[in-house]
Amino acid sequence: MTDNRTDKYKKVAYYPGCALEGTGHAYNRSTKEVGKALGLELEDVKNWNCCGAMEVKNIDPKVQTYLSSRVMSQAVNEMGHSVVMAPCNGCYHNLKKAEYDLKNDETSRQVVDRISSKAGHKTYHAGEIETIHALDWIKHGIGEEGLKSRVKKSLKGMKVANYYGCMYTRPRHIFPEKDQGAGSESTSRPHFMDDLLAAAGAANVDFPLKTACCGGAHTLSDSDMSTKLVLNILKAAEASGANVIATECPTCHSGLEMHQIRAEKKFGVKTNVKILYFTQLLGLALGLTPKKVGVHENMSDSFGLLEQQGLA
Amino acid sequence: MRSLATIGELLEGGIDTATPAATARDLLTIGEEVLEHWLQARGLKPTASKAEGFRLLGLHRQGARGDPSFNACRETCRELVYHYNLVTMEPGDSATAQRLAMMQLVASHIYYFVSGKMQSAQLGEFCCSSRDLRLKQAS
Ligand code: SF4
Ligand code: SF4
Repeated sequence: MTDNRTDKYKKVAYYPGCALEGTGHAYNRSTKEVGKALGLELEDVKNWNCCGAMEVKNIDPKVQTYLSSRVMSQAVNEMGHSVVMAPCNGCYHNLKKAEYDLKNDETSRQVVDRISSKAGHKTYHAGEIETIHALDWIKHGIGEEGLKSRVKKSLKGMKVANYYGCMYTRPRHIFPEKDQGAGSESTSRPHFMDDLLAAAGAANVDFPLKTACCGGAHTLSDSDMSTKLVLNILKAAEASGANVIATECPTCHSGLEMHQIRAEKKFGVKTNVKILYFTQLLGLALGLTPKKVGVHENMSDSFGLLEQQGLA
Repeated sequence: MRSLATIGELLEGGIDTATPAATARDLLTIGEEVLEHWLQARGLKPTASKAEGFRLLGLHRQGARGDPSFNACRETCRELVYHYNLVTMEPGDSATAQRLAMMQLVASHIYYFVSGKMQSAQLGEFCCSSRDLRLKQAS
């Protein structure tokens, strides 16, 4: 894919999804602040709906396709956007999946058309809008060079394990733009977050669990197994030499935070690695205050580390 | 094949064998045995075939057939193979001890993932954090 994206991503429709209004509030705040600082504009999808990630999918996956298609319909038909950005891996995944189904499956097209007519809005058709993640938005909207030139406080001293979670690259077939050679994202070893944080001065560590499942932290929220999976990720990050884990999804982020605390309470194992959204790290590098990027809203207390590194 | 409980104890206690290559071999075998448990629990006969030169990857491919959520451990399996290659190709490298420590964490991840999946088949599917919130609102 080449490359009118610098212009195309300057102003995009923004689909925060419901998690960013709850557990992922700091991600919402930092994404918006980073956008402002970089001159990238976000316009909330008008009257957006939840994609119904779990419950609806279990009842009828076609209804979920409809719910995601409605978000895209709003962005394209009500607002005239050609790009919609979703910072949550789940929202991003669901929009991509709906796009794929609408392109390839006649029954999905019929169901979406039928429900859209009943609901009284225009049907979304595959190809009318491009869905991107917050990582794509900054990587292609500004790029590493653009970012470097705007850095006010280098992230030098931040040793980062980049954690993408298990959904950002899966299943491969719904992300036709990935694995397309130089400049594209890799589904086996994603690197966009690594690239952006390196441009802001951070040292990325070699982290073998960057796409490992964290144990469905919100499926098994009080399960020891989930805590053990997260603890293993935290230990691997520390063993890789990281002092911070960067995240790009509210669900993965809160799972790590929640189980870091639980691991200490339940198993008496304390890990010291901090957990921050990549947008928070970028915001700090762009000279924003920790408060502006919502560091105080995280469960993982990273103020000490940020002060030590001259970032707070 | 060792039981899952024995494998869990081994991974928590640390693997100690004579040479780096033997340790790496044992960790790779542990990965294979864990996947064998998963396949057997689903009534399948674990394959002896290899994918990309490794039985572990052959077993993973078999496990993911018909269950895409099992792909949540695909890259973890590949990382185990990658570390195995690093250790066995360059056993004298100064990073070998670190690579083995990492390999053990990677093997542990496969073990925890599969054990978790035996508890909840949903593991490996997206688990939205807004769910709790919405369930509360609905009740
Ligand atoms: S994936 Fe989760 S956060 Fe995103 S819209 Fe769906 S339910 Fe809400
Ligand atoms: S929270 Fe965990 S299980 Fe859920 S998508 Fe993220 S990595 Fe996967």
